[in-house]
Amino acid sequence: MTAQLLTFYLFSGVILISSLMVISTKNPVHSVLFLILSFLNAAGLFVILHAEFLAMILIIVYVGAVAVLFLFVVMMLDFKTSINKDNILQYIPIGILIGVVFVAELVIVLINTKFDLSNIQVLPNPLSDFIGKSNTEAIGSVLYTDYILYFQLSGVILLVAMIGSIVLTLREREGVKRQAVSEQLQRQGKIDLVDVKSGKGVDI
Amino acid sequence: MIELNQFLILSALLFAIGVIGIFLNRKNVIIILMSIEIILLSVNLNLIAFSYFLNDLTGQIFSLFVLTVAAAEAAIGLAILVIYNRNAGSIEIEKINALKG
Repeated sequence: MTAQLLTFYLFSGVILISSLMVISTKNPVHSVLFLILSFLNAAGLFVILHAEFLAMILIIVYVGAVAVLFLFVVMMLDFKTSINKDNILQYIPIGILIGVVFVAELVIVLINTKFDLSNIQVLPNPLSDFIGKSNTEAIGSVLYTDYILYFQLSGVILLVAMIGSIVLTLREREGVKRQAVSEQLQRQGKIDLVDVKSGKGVDI
Repeated sequence: MIELNQFLILSALLFAIGVIGIFLNRKNVIIILMSIEIILLSVNLNLIAFSYFLNDLTGQIFSLFVLTVAAAEAAIGLAILVIYNRNAGSIEIEKINALKG
């Protein structure tokens, strides 16, 4: 058993266990922390697969932004969970049934199938084009040329998400005085522009 | 040497854990959002595994876009969660029945 295989089993075991903990712990804070653990281990798997840039992006974006956002929401909102036990048990049979069927089908298919990827001819961006370049450089040289439209579209998606979440959570509070810029700019006849001489001052 | 099938089985198991999380969870919506994140992570793992074993970069590019959409989805979902909690006072799934669905 090589070191690579050992590392793979370590990372994937931790990912599976921590994802199970995400969906099974009672405390949502613990769920978020286990989610962070499983993201970190997935980043390790990405490094095994020679996708270093995506591993770093996963740590920065998911652990640094998304998981911290989850943590903020969980900790700042006071979720009152008052569900009783039999209510939870009601959904366990259907969940287990769907899960077992799903896992069984996928694993049966995957175990019996041997993917032969050697005779695929049409590769849009074969890695042999990027020999001598780092992973980041290779992704950049493809992302900003062939996939520039998709790159800009993903920027638009992020913009829409940002505006959407701001608009959703914005609220007008009663009794708070705010600056009305348009009214200030519309004041007519009450503003004088005075050319002030140096050292003289101005009469008001 | 690691084979492609090992990665595919891992990501199938991860996907199934996410789906089971959506079904089993009855406490609050935030666990469902986390389950969706787990599902998207497994899809990313699939894409990158194929990218490595095919010797092609396109899978990594696509995975980058999946990551972008996942971040946007998490932001919108959490915003909806916050205003729902403000309006209804609770995010328990049992009590989200305004549509009678």
